[in-house]
Amino acid sequence: MTEFLQQLINGLALGAIYALIALGYTMVYGVLRFINFAHGDVFMLGAFAGYYLSPVVNKFLPAQSYVGGALVLVLAMAICALLGVVIEFLAYRPLRSRPKLTVLITAIGVSLFIEYTCQHKSVFGAAPHKFPDLIPATTINFNGLVIGVNQIIVLVTTAVLLVALRFIVQKTRMGTAMRAVSFNEPAAALMGVNINSVISFTFGLGSALAGAGGILFAMNYASIDPLMGVQTGLKAFVAAVLGGIGNLPGAALGGLILGLLETFAGGIPGVSNYRDGIAFAILILILLLKPAGLLGKSTVEKV
Amino acid sequence: MAGQGMSASLLQLENVTIRFGGLTAVSELDLQIGAGELVGLIGPNGAGKTTVFNLITGVYQPTAGKISFASAPTAKLKAHHLARRGIARTFQNIRLFSSLTVFDNVRAAAQLHCERRVINSLWRGRAFREGEQEIARQVMELLEIFQLGKFRDESAKSLPYGDQRRLEIVRALATKPKLLLLDEPAAGMNPTEKVELARLIRFIKDKFQISILLVEHDMQLVMEICERIVVLDYGIKIAEGNPDEVRKNPKVIAAYLGD
Amino acid sequence: MNSGAKRFLIAAILVAAVVSAFSAQFNRYYLGVVIDIGINVILAVSLNLINGHTGQFSLGHAGFMAVGAYAAAKISIVFSDKIPAQLAPVLFVAALLSGGLLAALSGLAVGVPTLRLRGDYLAIVTLGFGEIIRVVLQNMESVGAASGLKNIPHDTNLFWAWAFAAITVFVVTSIVNSTYGRGFIAVHDDEIAASSIGVNPVRYKVTAFVFGAFFAGIAGGLYAHHKQFLSPTGFDFLKSIDIVMMVILGGMGRTAGVIVAAVLLTLLPEFLRGFAEYRMILYSLLIIVLMILRPQGLFNFKNPWRAKA
Repeated sequence: MTEFLQQLINGLALGAIYALIALGYTMVYGVLRFINFAHGDVFMLGAFAGYYLSPVVNKFLPAQSYVGGALVLVLAMAICALLGVVIEFLAYRPLRSRPKLTVLITAIGVSLFIEYTCQHKSVFGAAPHKFPDLIPATTINFNGLVIGVNQIIVLVTTAVLLVALRFIVQKTRMGTAMRAVSFNEPAAALMGVNINSVISFTFGLGSALAGAGGILFAMNYASIDPLMGVQTGLKAFVAAVLGGIGNLPGAALGGLILGLLETFAGGIPGVSNYRDGIAFAILILILLLKPAGLLGKSTVEKV
Repeated sequence: MAGQGMSASLLQLENVTIRFGGLTAVSELDLQIGAGELVGLIGPNGAGKTTVFNLITGVYQPTAGKISFASAPTAKLKAHHLARRGIARTFQNIRLFSSLTVFDNVRAAAQLHCERRVINSLWRGRAFREGEQEIARQVMELLEIFQLGKFRDESAKSLPYGDQRRLEIVRALATKPKLLLLDEPAAGMNPTEKVELARLIRFIKDKFQISILLVEHDMQLVMEICERIVVLDYGIKIAEGNPDEVRKNPKVIAAYLGD
Repeated sequence: MNSGAKRFLIAAILVAAVVSAFSAQFNRYYLGVVIDIGINVILAVSLNLINGHTGQFSLGHAGFMAVGAYAAAKISIVFSDKIPAQLAPVLFVAALLSGGLLAALSGLAVGVPTLRLRGDYLAIVTLGFGEIIRVVLQNMESVGAASGLKNIPHDTNLFWAWAFAAITVFVVTSIVNSTYGRGFIAVHDDEIAASSIGVNPVRYKVTAFVFGAFFAGIAGGLYAHHKQFLSPTGFDFLKSIDIVMMVILGGMGRTAGVIVAAVLLTLLPEFLRGFAEYRMILYSLLIIVLMILRPQGLFNFKNPWRAKA
């Protein structure tokens, strides 16, 4: 029982990180109908932003403090939001009216560009970096059930961010405009919605969440490197498809399911080696059985 | 199967209904088209005309009701199966193959009734080459009939609008259909072109001895050439009859005047 | 037109045989590069059938290549000391074809369920397939798992690489330039219109996928018997991207351009060896700039078989 609970918490913590990244994929897909391949790299940049920000923040706040950790998180999110907006402006905006595949290939190019630039020895270098402890590294022991404070922070932060996101999307003007563009772009444009600023905002918002995911991931797994976003990003995309691409609660749900499945599979001998294949097996299954995803609606193509 | 039980009607829709979510796009529609008949399907915008086309051609499956073509039910058949059975169509917003030439647009359709497998295109024996020549000959003949022969090597998308419409009809005819569905062929045409189109549709019916179902916005064109007209409004058949009967039907007048 | 294609095939195989006969005179390094070119031409031209002519988007070509490579290599390793030496070429070709067929089968298994999906989903599914193949290979002890498969016989020479490249070019152009082959382009242009004239889009897409996978498998087998060592990490996502780049650079659906691109992209890294650390940065920047400025490809000039777009 204890082991089950332990795995459950590990799985939820991993799933929460997938959920944060998956939200960015799904929001961008909602407004632009394309897969932003570079999104996983923004997640990586979030982690590195934390790595370089932490010593700076520690100059005027005590090291390993919750306030300092929160400040690092917020700053990294802001940096990632800015990066997301810049990437969209430079690489995707010139291609707005081009075929989707052109944009998809460009996104792959952007992803590779970020990865290789960051691996260069004068940037981050290819070797893994040890992520600093942002908060006191303590654990809580309940009758043999060991919970890291980091894991609690992951779950709480994710919950707060999800509530904030829901508020932004449902209650603010920009959120309403986002939903309008996602529902019907030409109509939204005719109603006076500024499509460009909505798209920029969407990229900023999604990238900020990915940045938060990067920090939370780094806090839990300690080691970061320029290619950490590749696998995690792809899996988060699978989570978005699992929940129903374009659907925000779906992305969160998909992330949690994927995190739990991977964690529990990792505990089964024989299956654990294939852990990294699970996400893709799920992807193929969901596309076969319910291509619209768990919470998505299927659409009929107009002839 | 072909011999006994052949009823007079080539296409038969019985009680056909289709719903998209909460919206009933077509409701309990009965429709027959006999061999060699030219039938018009009219109705205001959003009446469900194109949906009927998509039901007949297998793009959509009906929620309820039965469709049969040449005495065989068409349930579960996809568009490409029905094309093989003899249903050809054009599209409201022209859908030509933009990276193929005029000639190849028609040739792609003309290959329908000859069994071609990958292996043939590799080995290319005598029979294959003769088959290819025969198809090329048929395609040229069709293009000449419709005065498109001179454009054979042009890109399909570079043709003038009216010629693109005609090319789409030629492409449909190249599949040797029994039933041709024309989806708003007069859309975007000027009065002179419409007169020409009316002549063309009659010519096709006589020359190729096929049935035609014409969906059209332009009442005048439909009244002029169709023997029988079916009127849809909000997915429901509100009238059916010859042009005179339909013209005088108060329900039709009301639907068109937006009463 | 086809008699021309047959003549090309025979001429190309003859040239490959003649050049191969003198290959002992060549510098080993250059010989290796020339064989690499042949293998990359096979990969690019076969992917072009899927991504270019039929308008799908596969990111899993390295996965099919891996299937062919491992299958052919394993067959060679198991049987090479059980047969007389003069039969070695027969075994080699049989191993290549088996690898190709196994790759084609996996192409069928992946293609049938997934080719109904929209373009960008297909890209992700094929990518996922490639990753699954890699994870499986990394855990298969019988093919060396993560430490790789060693001691593969050195059977690939210039003749085989180029002869199979010629066959690939011949098969792909012959299929596409036939009445049957118009169906591929029809599906590429407009699936709904294609099905309205009796073309079954799924069947065409699966056909393209299976043929593409077959030749990727052959290329994998040639690669295995050229490098003599296989590692699962050699068939990752990046390898697929390399092949995709050849197709894009050459102009999707243009065989001649794709061949030129395959040759150039094989040579380019060799020339850039001195700048290895900047090579991939430049390469990715090239993808972005190319997509923004010239998405139709660098070598996409007038093509006698296809109308101007």
